[in-house]
Amino acid sequence: MKFGILINEGPYQHQASDSAYLFTKAAIEKGHEIFRVFFYNDGVNNGTRLAVPPQDDRNITVRWSELAQQHNIDMVICIAAAQRRGLLDEGEAKRQGKDANNIAPGFRISGLGQLIEAGIQCDRLVVFGD
Amino acid sequence: MSMLHTVNKSPFERNALDSCIKHALPGSAILLIEDGVYAAIKGTAHEGMVRDSMANHSLYVLGPDLLARGMSPEQVIDGISVVDYGGFVDLAVNHDKVQSWL
Repeated sequence: MKFGILINEGPYQHQASDSAYLFTKAAIEKGHEIFRVFFYNDGVNNGTRLAVPPQDDRNITVRWSELAQQHNIDMVICIAAAQRRGLLDEGEAKRQGKDANNIAPGFRISGLGQLIEAGIQCDRLVVFGD
Repeated sequence: MSMLHTVNKSPFERNALDSCIKHALPGSAILLIEDGVYAAIKGTAHEGMVRDSMANHSLYVLGPDLLARGMSPEQVIDGISVVDYGGFVDLAVNHDKVQSWL
C-alpha cells in the first residue's frame, strides 16, 4: 500500500516527528511504499543539517536522512513555511541573497502542491502534529 | 470499510477524545497514541466515557507510548487492544481513511 506522511511539528518540541518516523519505519518493514513525507509548518525544522543534539540523544534529522537514503523516500519541505523559519537550500539561498543554506541531505524544498499530490496518489495519508 | 481515528491528547488536557467519540461513526476504530494513552488507563475519571465508547467503536492503544510514560499493558482498560507501530500500520491499512484528531 502507498502511504503519505504529513508532519506539522518540529523536532525535540513534540513527539509528532518521532511518531511519524517510527510509523514510517514500521510501514517499510511491512513492505509498504512511502510515497512522500511532507514537512509543513514547524515541521520544516526537521530538515536543518545545522542542529547538533547531544550525542546520547537521537538525531532526528540524521535519522530521517538515513531512512530516506536507504529506502529512496521523497522528503519535501514546504517552501513558504521554510522561508519564514530560515530553512534554505542552495537555490533558495542564492535567490534570497543569503550567505548560506542549511537543508539536510535527502530533503528538498517544494510547494503545497506536493502535499495535495500525495493526498491524491496515496492510499492513506497519515498526519502527525500537535 | 470504516475509518481509523488517532487521538494524541490526554483527556485531562483537551477534549479531543470526547469529540472523536461523538463524531466517529459506529464501527470506527480509535487508536490512542502519544499523550492520548492516558485515556486507556483503568481507574481514571475518564474510564466511564472510554468504556461507553467501546459499545460502538473498537479501541486500541500504542504500547510503546504507554511504556514511555511509565505505564504497562496490565493497567489498560479491558477490551482495549495494545498494539505496536506495526499494529498501527495494520490499522491504517485495514481502514479506509486515517483521521488524526490534532
